[in-house]
Amino acid sequence: MAKVLVFIDNPGAALKKSSLELLTIARSLGETVAAVNGELHDDAASTLAAYGAQALYRPSATDLDDYLVGPKAAFLAAAAAAAGAGVVLAENSAEGKEIAARLGIRLGAGVITDVVAVDPDGTAHKSVLAGSYTSAAKAVTPVSVLTVKPNSITPEPAVTGTAPESITVQVPDVTAAAARVTARTDKPASGRPDLSEARIVVAGGRGVDGNFGPLEELADALGAAIGASRAATDAGWIGHDAQIGQTGKTVAPQLYISAGISGAIQQKAGMQTAKVIVAVNKDAESPVFEIADFGIVGDLFQVLPQATAEIKKRRG
Amino acid sequence: MEETLKIIVLVKHVPDAQFDRHLTGEANTVDRSESILSELDEYALEAALQLTEARGGEAAGNKVIALSMGPAGAVNAVKKSLQIGATEGVHLSDEALAGSDAAATSLALSAAIRHLGADVPADLILTGMASTDGETSLVPAQLAERLGLPQVTFAASLELDAGKLTARRDGDTHADTIEATLPAVVSVTDQINDPRYPNFKGIMAAKKKTITTLSLADIGVDAAQVGQSGSWTAVETAEARPPRTAGTIITDEGDAGIQLVEFLAAQKLL
Repeated sequence: MAKVLVFIDNPGAALKKSSLELLTIARSLGETVAAVNGELHDDAASTLAAYGAQALYRPSATDLDDYLVGPKAAFLAAAAAAAGAGVVLAENSAEGKEIAARLGIRLGAGVITDVVAVDPDGTAHKSVLAGSYTSAAKAVTPVSVLTVKPNSITPEPAVTGTAPESITVQVPDVTAAAARVTARTDKPASGRPDLSEARIVVAGGRGVDGNFGPLEELADALGAAIGASRAATDAGWIGHDAQIGQTGKTVAPQLYISAGISGAIQQKAGMQTAKVIVAVNKDAESPVFEIADFGIVGDLFQVLPQATAEIKKRRG
Repeated sequence: MEETLKIIVLVKHVPDAQFDRHLTGEANTVDRSESILSELDEYALEAALQLTEARGGEAAGNKVIALSMGPAGAVNAVKKSLQIGATEGVHLSDEALAGSDAAATSLALSAAIRHLGADVPADLILTGMASTDGETSLVPAQLAERLGLPQVTFAASLELDAGKLTARRDGDTHADTIEATLPAVVSVTDQINDPRYPNFKGIMAAKKKTITTLSLADIGVDAAQVGQSGSWTAVETAEARPPRTAGTIITDEGDAGIQLVEFLAAQKLL
């Protein structure tokens, strides 16, 4: 059976949901092994065992996080070779895709990004052109590298757990030709879920007119992440990391609540694969109403606080 | 006196995202019949122009080369780049390139970049933060790996000094300062600058600038290494997603917030 290598980067105290999803997909494709960079706490190690990892490949170097991408790709290539992996799975984050890209060249392996499902024969299903097409693609090389979008599968532990052995992999030194992180400033945590992985997103645009307060209150009542259109980020009302659309993030949540966003095609590109779309806008002619499952022509400063109050009331 | 710079900017012609975009043909590749210079590439070109202008521009021997790979239409992205201010243009064009995936594209581009650097190697290879069509964002990283160069993606600022670059990156949870030696492959975000528009002088000046067309033979790449035969991935099927249809639209008469919550409850989203 083919070996499937899952890349887990800095698992921290507990594995992220997206990592659990990768492990679940890996088991459907073959024998699961993991390449783990960074500290491995006992809890994370036991989760890897519960999810059926047969072996854990650890880098000989501890400074991979001080560099961008290149050294991590070199580690992963060495781990894939040591494991004899036929498939490598990684996160679909910007960094995950870049690592996959460089890894692909190192292994001579085809790389497929934005994957939402993988067939047992390795065929990857993905959405392309901002979700306006779905396609099935396959690597024609002996090894394939796939980056899988979050929320693609429900994570499930293996029927029988494992006691994975730990194997140290010698990382070739590529740091001379790598970009180095010389300073890092942490941003204050919002306490809200990560925008790319959130189950619910509340997004605001020009109509918010500088006041995201009502959106934040609704988001917190729903446990949602906050997003924005380019008009709102360009106006400086909210950070650029909140931008959804062609030049920002693509999100595919269960529920997308659009407030004060007209829904031009560039915005649509970032959210049209959401399962349910709700739109609130004063202008009945806004294009967003063409794709909304539930649309309200009205003032977001009236509608959102009323909805927030109603949610709180129902929950007592 | 600063050293002179040679910067290669990768520019791409992409379907205009303001219109519907389509996949076409047996290989399910993007239909580029209605194409423009990728908006995101304009930021890379502007960054190159600012870096070279700070060092005396073209008169002082600095070069900004706009390189585009693709069929005949791709030359339009090069022409537009020359109008905006690139000093020379290069169009890598060969029928055998059609249907190339990221691996094959990066192979051809890396060969073209080596070819263009045969006398004086480029100091910097600049790209936009993503292509607005293929969206895989793989090519810059694969190019860097093939050229054995450091790669800095999503630079929100970029400075060069004494064979070294310093860039700032804004992540979701942290902001980083990055350093790398030159040459390097750098992609810039749409936050780095405000791209200029071509003016009349630029448009007239562009007519005198050279566009070099390179074939695969010119850059020493075998046709079998690129195109569908040289690609490491194949698209087997592609289907247009059924368009979303409008659902219930109501006008707020004072209780729309409550109706919204009722809708969410009915959809089991609360």
